[in-house]
Amino acid sequence: MTTITIGSRAAVARAQSRPSPADTFRQIMIMAWRATKKMRRNPEQFFDVTLQPVLFTVMFAYIFGGAISGDVKSYLPLMIPGILAQTVLTTSMATGTQLREDIDKGVFDRFRSLPMARIAPLAGPMVADLLRYTIAATITFAIGIAIGYRPGGGVRGVVAAILLAVFTGWSLAWVFTCLGTVARSAQSVQGISMMIMFPLTFLSNAFVPVNTLPGWLAAFVRVNPVSHLVSADRDLANGAHVSAEAGWTLVASVAVIVVFAPLAVRLYKRHL
Amino acid sequence: MTAAVHARGLVKTFGGLRAVDGVDLDIDEGEIFGVLGPNGAGKTTMLKMLATLLKIDDGEGSVFGIDLRREPHRVRQLIGVTGQYASVDENLTAAENLWMFGRLQGLSSRRSRDTAARLLEQFGLTDAADKRISHFSGGMRRRLDLAASLITQPPLIFLDEPTTGLDPRTRGQMWDTIRGLVASGCTVLLTTQYLDEADQLAGRIAVIDHGRKVAEGTPDELKTSVGNLTLRLRLAADADMSLAADVVRRQLGEEPVLTPESGQLNVPIETADRVADVLIGLRQAGVHVASVGVDKPTLDEVFLALTGHGSSESERADTTEPEPMRAQAPQEMAR
Repeated sequence: MTTITIGSRAAVARAQSRPSPADTFRQIMIMAWRATKKMRRNPEQFFDVTLQPVLFTVMFAYIFGGAISGDVKSYLPLMIPGILAQTVLTTSMATGTQLREDIDKGVFDRFRSLPMARIAPLAGPMVADLLRYTIAATITFAIGIAIGYRPGGGVRGVVAAILLAVFTGWSLAWVFTCLGTVARSAQSVQGISMMIMFPLTFLSNAFVPVNTLPGWLAAFVRVNPVSHLVSADRDLANGAHVSAEAGWTLVASVAVIVVFAPLAVRLYKRHL
Repeated sequence: MTAAVHARGLVKTFGGLRAVDGVDLDIDEGEIFGVLGPNGAGKTTMLKMLATLLKIDDGEGSVFGIDLRREPHRVRQLIGVTGQYASVDENLTAAENLWMFGRLQGLSSRRSRDTAARLLEQFGLTDAADKRISHFSGGMRRRLDLAASLITQPPLIFLDEPTTGLDPRTRGQMWDTIRGLVASGCTVLLTTQYLDEADQLAGRIAVIDHGRKVAEGTPDELKTSVGNLTLRLRLAADADMSLAADVVRRQLGEEPVLTPESGQLNVPIETADRVADVLIGLRQAGVHVASVGVDKPTLDEVFLALTGHGSSESERADTTEPEPMRAQAPQEMAR
């Protein structure tokens, strides 16, 4: 065998006490590369981001359209941003579930034994997941437009609405990543995530006007962050208007990242 | 010279169970150190603590003088870990796996690719370079896993049961690879369930049982402690068991191990020559023998000698030591 080791003394001298920011960034991007490879080779992982927006958009538009807005076409400006928020946020749940599955695999033992930034195995897949959110959001709009939605905000408004939804979904994915590192199994991550996301998305203004709700429910719906995202996206998509709602959504998203990103890394390290 | 591994009083508790219970270890640079023990003895737990994969509950340890608890990130730059289950990515090809691990450890994309190609060749995996791991055989996975541990040429390699589940030929190849590592200046800590493997590879062995180190020494020292060979006697009549035991004690001055269920009696002996003495003694005593065999000691016997109890039943099924008696068992049942 050819020489494959360097002297231990040289190796000890060279060993750094912590990964530099540049190392960390590179490692995150490599983990993102790994996640995209995995997506490409397991296309069934895309079902939730491709089929779900199609199904929900069509279903909700034709079921609720007449009842809420008189006809489907006038319901779409209200509903499409709502579906957008719902789709991206539920997509972010999968981040936690998939991380849980991944952590149980042998390759994570190697990631743990490598001199790697502890955030990289968590943040890498999340960077790759931005792709999933973008696909889900784009499909939602495409289907909306196909069934007659004409966003008043134009291309700029729609793109801005998508970006805001993707960013919010990404921030929320940190919460599910936390869950993914502590829960016992992928199923339990899924179950807990559903329990959080279902009330949040449905008890919002995503599908119905708030003034039709009883007082106590309206009060919750108004403070629900999902409502802020939906309102902000409506203003963007329908009028290219950046409202205060967008500001609140951004503040809330950043707050979620600030709390849950370090927490996720802490919880992941605890696995060691 | 600093020791490659230095550990004092290592403890790991899972729930109420002390999986590792105060183990001391000193491994010199450039040696192959074997940790021998049955499943559940605490070998893997100990290795994981030394490899910074598990938190150390009590005690202290260092690798090349660097403290495991205070500077785990530095320790990780000095070690390669190959686990019992191949820790490579199923979704990637062999070449992609090695490239990824190289990149994660700071090699440029080009150097990662070159290193991957060199390692794949060295481990006879060039033809499978672009195949996905999910199509790999067990032996190929193990080799790739070991290759992945060598990318940055770490001076210390941890191998957790590197040959468990491999066929004899692949096992021999793995042994050659491990010897090659040490020849190139590596230090290796390997765990194994096989005395045979520890014997073949390791310069020194620690025997672990119930989380404690029950013995340490060179393979020769360990084997001498249980006798070099084992005489196995199966009696024609189970009733003669205690009489036969008396004969053995008288002839060899050793305490035989009785397994009355199978009418079997095992005893450590120095040389095969002594068998004749025992057989003559048995004939004089009128004890009839169904079969006689002389074997090297099995892990079970090493354990029995060192701990006073055998390794678990599941271990015996796994062991590759020859068991000449087994072939006769069905006949006896038929009788």
